[in-house]
Amino acid sequence: MDVALFITCLTDSFFPRAGEAVVRVLRHFGCRVQFPAGQTCCGQPAYNSGFHDEARVLARRMIEIFEPYETIVSPSASCVAMVKQHFAPLLADEPAWRSRAERLAERAHEFATFLVDRLNVDIAGLLRFDEPVTFHYPCHARGIYGAEDLQRWLTRDGQVNLRLPQHVDCCCGFGGMFAVDYPEISTAMLNDKLDLLAATGARLVICNEGGCTLQMAGGARRRGLPLRFKHIAECVADSLGLMKDRP
Amino acid sequence: MSSRAFRKRVTAAIADRRVAAAVHHATWHKVGARAAGMRMLRNPERLRELAGQIKQHTLERLPEYLEQFTANVRRNGGQVHFAKDAAEARQLICELARSRGLKLAVKVKSMTTEEVGLNSALEAAGVRVFETDLGEFIVQLDRDRPSHIVTPIIHKDRRQIATAMARELGCQYTEDPAALTMIARKYLRDVFRRCDLGISGVNFGVAETGTICICTNEGNGRMSTTRPRVQVALMGIEKVIPRLSDLAVFLKLLARSSTGQPMGSYTSLISGPRRATDADGPSEFHLVLLDNGRSEILAGPFAEVLRCLRCGACLNACPVYRNIGGHAYHSVYPGPIGSLVTPLLDRRGDHHDLPRASSLCGACRVACPVNIDLPELLVRMRAAGRASQGRLKKLGFFGWLCAMRSERAYRAAQRILQAMLSDDGSGWTTGGVGPLASWTAGRDLLRPAPRSFRQLWQEELREQS
Ligand code: SF4
Repeated sequence: MDVALFITCLTDSFFPRAGEAVVRVLRHFGCRVQFPAGQTCCGQPAYNSGFHDEARVLARRMIEIFEPYETIVSPSASCVAMVKQHFAPLLADEPAWRSRAERLAERAHEFATFLVDRLNVDIAGLLRFDEPVTFHYPCHARGIYGAEDLQRWLTRDGQVNLRLPQHVDCCCGFGGMFAVDYPEISTAMLNDKLDLLAATGARLVICNEGGCTLQMAGGARRRGLPLRFKHIAECVADSLGLMKDRP
Repeated sequence: MSSRAFRKRVTAAIADRRVAAAVHHATWHKVGARAAGMRMLRNPERLRELAGQIKQHTLERLPEYLEQFTANVRRNGGQVHFAKDAAEARQLICELARSRGLKLAVKVKSMTTEEVGLNSALEAAGVRVFETDLGEFIVQLDRDRPSHIVTPIIHKDRRQIATAMARELGCQYTEDPAALTMIARKYLRDVFRRCDLGISGVNFGVAETGTICICTNEGNGRMSTTRPRVQVALMGIEKVIPRLSDLAVFLKLLARSSTGQPMGSYTSLISGPRRATDADGPSEFHLVLLDNGRSEILAGPFAEVLRCLRCGACLNACPVYRNIGGHAYHSVYPGPIGSLVTPLLDRRGDHHDLPRASSLCGACRVACPVNIDLPELLVRMRAAGRASQGRLKKLGFFGWLCAMRSERAYRAAQRILQAMLSDDGSGWTTGGVGPLASWTAGRDLLRPAPRSFRQLWQEELREQS
């Protein structure tokens, strides 16, 4: 299967290892991965901030770049949600663009859901951890996958020692521009979240969203909490021994 | 960027450990209770959808339903008044009291009366007003303001409540909730004996029968609507529902969403004043229908907010509310729904921070019994208020857009970002100016990786394909 990778800004700059893992895992399961040149941002920050003219410009641009591909996969659920849920309404006044947006929406997939639903991969059956793990459910994955999906991917055959945090879908307080526009609130929310994660006793946190990881890893470091964060693609790639470096 | 006033309120609220602990504890508890209550339903998602559809349907035909409703209220012997704004509502109700010589009012908890500022208007007109909901009673005793639309004293702990009661009522200091409740009960019994005016809000107005439905947990609603000679119900025009049978949908959801209870302890259905065959009840029943900006909301892009039942579930679910509490919103309506409704009701006020101070996590949308897409509406409101965004922000997005429009500019921006962030060799940034200062005030910032994914692809990954 031919797959076009939509890497997203944060993964590109901050978490290239997660991107690499996505590529290696997709290849492992027989996909031919392409990286459409020219891709930048889906416009999510502008959209969420109410800068919709700017978001429209980038939505059109993204449609043009990814339209030639049958299947698009991305490590970030929030960026996929932007494409799937917001592009078409954003372009509602331009019927031609709108239908192009709708077609793209059908072809855009979040990495883990793609693995499970399209490639019929049993993620839980692959994962190997030598320590207890917990996870963060990214709020903006709502509508793409649920917290119970994430839990199922991580626990299905009981090989993983999963420590479920209390209030599994509690927000980490990132929220894009919100994190710098309202730092006091954002940080207070972050500390609530870190308390919940730390209380599980696990040190490895599965988090599939670059923004959330940026927020939580930064908070954990500031507070001296021994938490590490990993994308599920990295977990799969490490378990299968696909990465060149050590985990 | 937040306004200085808002930031000050927020910072103070977060720093107040006692309030923060009380609000955290109460909201987490309610989130759990709601989830458990909803799980008992066969198909909660479908029910929320249905409730939203009924409300939306009613809003789309609001004039018809209001006409039917008011005609039926009149047929039942009630009197109907219209108030176009808060001032008119206050005037109307004060005049009712004055012309009938009413001196002592008992109130059932009602956010709509808070919205119009009824209590102080009545007091100024010489009517003594007593809140009879325990929480509101304590708010009133302590000369405080409610900080939650269902649990007005969510910000208070036991000690503060005990202190206020001992000070104002001269009773013995006790922190035992049961004892405090009995003290309030005894005190209010005497008030109920003497009162002549009962004031309530309305949870639902049933068009088909002209019935108002009031949901309470303490029985004070019943006392306040049967004891006094005159009853006034203040109702926002959006509270009407078509049929009595629709209550079967809403009553299943309302208390569950608020507190997790399958149903509130008391559900009163009131159709007009006392009839000849009734054992008790008021001799006059007045319904005051309040617009106060609702028609304007209905005609605009935010009409969906008018579905709201004021159940408080979105406040309990909201991590922002949990951390800043209700008072920081400077509004009768805090939380996610308040962040939408406040700027809509008070168009001249400066509330531009409210829709922006959200991570858009969507916990409110999941909790809302009438399926209001609160985060989407918050985004819509941010877009509508774009002009009020700071110059720096606009400039920032302009620059950002330029960078994102071409891959070359994007790569250059990546390099600039990398160069801008200081590096002590650890891969982390811990300080800076501007947005960097905001970020690093409470957390560290990971530096961009030495090699971006894009470079990695070029240099290593693509070869293999
Ligand atoms: S918006 Fe929904 S959840 Fe919030 S108070 Fe209204 S009905 Fe309840």
